[in-house]
Amino acid sequence: MTAALLETRSVSKSFGALRAARDVSFKLEEGARHALIGPNGAGKTTFINLLTGVLPPSSGEVLLKGEDITTMEQAARVKRGIARTFQINRLFRGLSVLENVYMSVAERVGAAPQMITPAGKRKDVIDESMHLLETLKLADHAHLTITGLPYGRQRLVELAIALGLKPVVLLLDEPAAGVPSAETHIILDAIDALPKSIGVLIIDHDMDLVFRFAKKITVLVRGAVFAEGTPKEIGANADVRAVYLGQATHG
Amino acid sequence: MSAPTVFDHPAARALSRRHRLRWWEPLPWILALAFYFMFPRYLGFGTELLIMVLFAISLDLALGYAGIVTLGHAAFFGAGAYTVGMLAHHGIWNEPISSLFIGAAVAAAIGLASGLVLLRTTGLTLLMLTLCTMALLEEAANLGHDWTGGFDGLTGISIPPLFGLFEFNPLFPKTQYLYVLGALLICFVFVRTLVYSPFGHSLTGIRENTLRMHAVGAPVRTRLVVCYTISAALAGIAGGIWAQANAYVNLSTLGLDRAATVLIILVLGGYGRLYGAFVGAVAYMALSHFLAKVYPTAWQLGLGFLLVTIALFARGGIIGLGETLMARLRPKLKPKPPS
Repeated sequence: MTAALLETRSVSKSFGALRAARDVSFKLEEGARHALIGPNGAGKTTFINLLTGVLPPSSGEVLLKGEDITTMEQAARVKRGIARTFQINRLFRGLSVLENVYMSVAERVGAAPQMITPAGKRKDVIDESMHLLETLKLADHAHLTITGLPYGRQRLVELAIALGLKPVVLLLDEPAAGVPSAETHIILDAIDALPKSIGVLIIDHDMDLVFRFAKKITVLVRGAVFAEGTPKEIGANADVRAVYLGQATHG
Repeated sequence: MSAPTVFDHPAARALSRRHRLRWWEPLPWILALAFYFMFPRYLGFGTELLIMVLFAISLDLALGYAGIVTLGHAAFFGAGAYTVGMLAHHGIWNEPISSLFIGAAVAAAIGLASGLVLLRTTGLTLLMLTLCTMALLEEAANLGHDWTGGFDGLTGISIPPLFGLFEFNPLFPKTQYLYVLGALLICFVFVRTLVYSPFGHSLTGIRENTLRMHAVGAPVRTRLVVCYTISAALAGIAGGIWAQANAYVNLSTLGLDRAATVLIILVLGGYGRLYGAFVGAVAYMALSHFLAKVYPTAWQLGLGFLLVTIALFARGGIIGLGETLMARLRPKLKPKPPS
């Protein structure tokens, strides 16, 4: 059996008495389109933070292609190909779209520590950034500062920065959150067009989006894996429906 | 061939030409030279002004570009001043230029050591810790009487002629003025190169969104420490020149007054803008000179009001105001995206 692309083995995380992740064993396969869903407070964001190295787990292991990365820092994990986007935009708001993407590409190709060569002379970085923006249909907006960009496009820049890292694993935290419905298709198309080789994990509430993309769904409830299966199985799972319907009737 | 089309794009063109010299950039230097010939009697004032510009540029690198909030930058100014002053006073070393390098090295070492600890924190904690570092150094200078002259400072620092040719004369500071101007030019070119480099770009990234810089795999703290150390070295050079130009060192080089003044200069001129230091220093010096004449007892009040106004309505300082005005006056110059 070959090692999964990204794997956790009974990972737990406690904040005092709160157990935000309990014995989560999870596998993301190469080229996967995997979704992680669950009601509010299920520990989805904590789980992402454990995968990216923002938080160290209280117990358990995280593996990338079979290599133990449990204690590895965030920057080192990024170098190995784990990239993420944020639920709330985390952009360089005062800079242009191109300069935003330049930031991550420069980091990946190792241009960022250079102190003498002007940033503008790293044509390779600019070139790659522009091509990335072209593939995301953002090239027309490349010169605009983030603050002057509609929210839907800002979400796209969020994605572009992550793709600039040429990830092997891409974690998308509610990629379409807050986007007006007229613009959602921009994000959906972009996710559709992601390179097939990237293993993608989408964390979302939006069931339309999840069922459209995911080949596999993991349901997280109160920090633990509640159910896992194909969209069909999850859709037909009475317990999962109960969790969500229960949420709906209460909320 | 897709490469040429990419660089035809206005965004790519803007980024690849960002570091080029603009037509107005020689202006401050021409003005500084003109000042030398036109106001030979005010060269003392001019020297002080240029030193503050250099000091403000060092702060701009840390505060304006990397977003390191510090209220204790005079620690490095003082470290440079005392290093140069003590070496000369105790007859150890007094050649001016190499002294500056030693002063810069000492300031950098203090910047590195304190930065490794301080830059784990942000915001108010960072602000207080930078203040504490400076207070500790000031107290050390106050107590180490035998070496530092304590509260009285060190007077009668004798500096040999520059390159063995040009006399340092506190009463007629021609040499000092050109010496500072030269040092300022070199340091400025260095900082300008740095902020337009990919490294400088990543500092801006840290200022704009630290969390995201972590997420793109940047070694954020290392970058901040490097930036803080460089900034400290430049402040040390400014302090060293101050000691040489005035032929004395005292506790004022390490005090909160100086740290606050340089901050005011930068906020007034506009931080994160390179030339904010120039505009701010000239505005501050001219304004305090003028206000002190009109209201000898309460001149700082006027400065206070101005600062409040800037902080409330013009976050980009004087340069930022100018940029806003230019943008309003100019017809909308929207670059056309290639169709």
